[in-house]
Amino acid sequence: MSHGTALGACRALIVRDLALLWRRRGDALNPALFAVMVIMLFPFALGPEPQMLGRIAAGTVLVALLLAGLLSLDALFRSDLEDGSLEQLVLSPHPLPLLLACKIAVHWLTTALPLLLAAPLLGELLFLPPQVLGTLMAALALSTPLLSLIGAVCVALTVGMRRSGMLLALLVLPLYVPVLIFAAGACDAAQQGLPVAAPLLWLGAALVLALVLAPLACAAALRISLS
Amino acid sequence: MNPLVLWFHKLGSPPYFYRLAGRLLPWLWGLAAIGIAAGLYGGLVLAPPDYQQSDAFRIIYIHVPSAWMSLFIYFFMAVNGFIALVWRIKLSEILAMAAAPVGAAFTFICLATGSLWGKPMWGTWWTWDARLTSELVLLFLYLGVIGLYHAIEDRRQAARAAAFLALIGIVNLPIVHFSVKWWNTLHQGSTVKLFGPSLIDSRMLWPLLIMAVATKFAFAASLLSRARVDLLELESGKDWARQIALAEETSA
Repeated sequence: MSHGTALGACRALIVRDLALLWRRRGDALNPALFAVMVIMLFPFALGPEPQMLGRIAAGTVLVALLLAGLLSLDALFRSDLEDGSLEQLVLSPHPLPLLLACKIAVHWLTTALPLLLAAPLLGELLFLPPQVLGTLMAALALSTPLLSLIGAVCVALTVGMRRSGMLLALLVLPLYVPVLIFAAGACDAAQQGLPVAAPLLWLGAALVLALVLAPLACAAALRISLS
Repeated sequence: MNPLVLWFHKLGSPPYFYRLAGRLLPWLWGLAAIGIAAGLYGGLVLAPPDYQQSDAFRIIYIHVPSAWMSLFIYFFMAVNGFIALVWRIKLSEILAMAAAPVGAAFTFICLATGSLWGKPMWGTWWTWDARLTSELVLLFLYLGVIGLYHAIEDRRQAARAAAFLALIGIVNLPIVHFSVKWWNTLHQGSTVKLFGPSLIDSRMLWPLLIMAVATKFAFAASLLSRARVDLLELESGKDWARQIALAEETSA
């Protein structure tokens, strides 16, 4: 029996995941909606003064997107586990890290990319200073894939559990802290008119590292959870 | 077989480890108690007051040893977790998981004493300084490991998953250690140096070093006590564990 090439398997997996999401395309907007809601809470809680909101805008958008990403993480393996296709994925003759990297990429495309596109709107809602927007978008473009990759490893560890929501947050958030620090550092520097390259380069370096290591770690974690 | 290797293999056997730990425990607890008593007496009574902070500096004898222990225990847990994942040694799983609550306790003590120390010296209980924040993240990592371990039904699978998480979290250790060097913030740099002369007077230093050793013994004693109980629980179906339970019952 021939198994086809690993590339073919990846393509099939991506097409399948995208098709599954397309059938339930309404769900894809939920993370973005959630982020808008979270952003909406801040003017209510802190008062509507543009000056104050503008000062916290970049950080608030970062945190809102981080939380939205955290909530959508659970869906990464949930349906695959329920219909048994996750076990087939683990048993497949193709390299599991590669397949998982495809899954994470699709997950990022469908949950984080809409958030990324909504970010300028969210920033505008909070009177984000225009000179920060470019840096914020760059920081988000680098940090959201990083968050998806780190999150995927933790989701893989909790995959078999029934009520994993709070636990997942407990596992993921400490690992998100450094990412948030560098992303917020870049936005802060932009707000003060300082050079922003250093924190963005750190984020880029971390992203490259995670792109290589996270799928491997995710595969190892998945094998532990499904053993 | 080389006697050392043989001993190492024997150590991996639960009944052998259980008996060995039982024999070591009184000694470890005793050394820890004597060491902590001597270190605290030296630190709180014999050491001269600081020229700036006078007696308030004495909290260092709790704060710094527990900070060292918080990193040391995490490292210990991660190494045992690595052994557990690679060689599937049951004992390493037990040791890694038994170390987590002890490490979390030391981390908490470190944060709490630091907070108490910060109020009179810095004028604030808490500041978002790199050292403090990374130590707080360390506490959350410990709690994550403990939480994951208790969330999974199967004990051995739970230990492996939590050990894996501990291995991922090890990236935080260098951040905690070097945070005072990389970010120049409120928390002072290292005063006690492994290489080169320390920046602390020797009359203040020796109780600190005694405390550092004594907390290691306290950790070892606590770890072995916890590991013995966990081992009995895990092996409750086995013959040796049953015999120990029966012996306990007849003596009680």
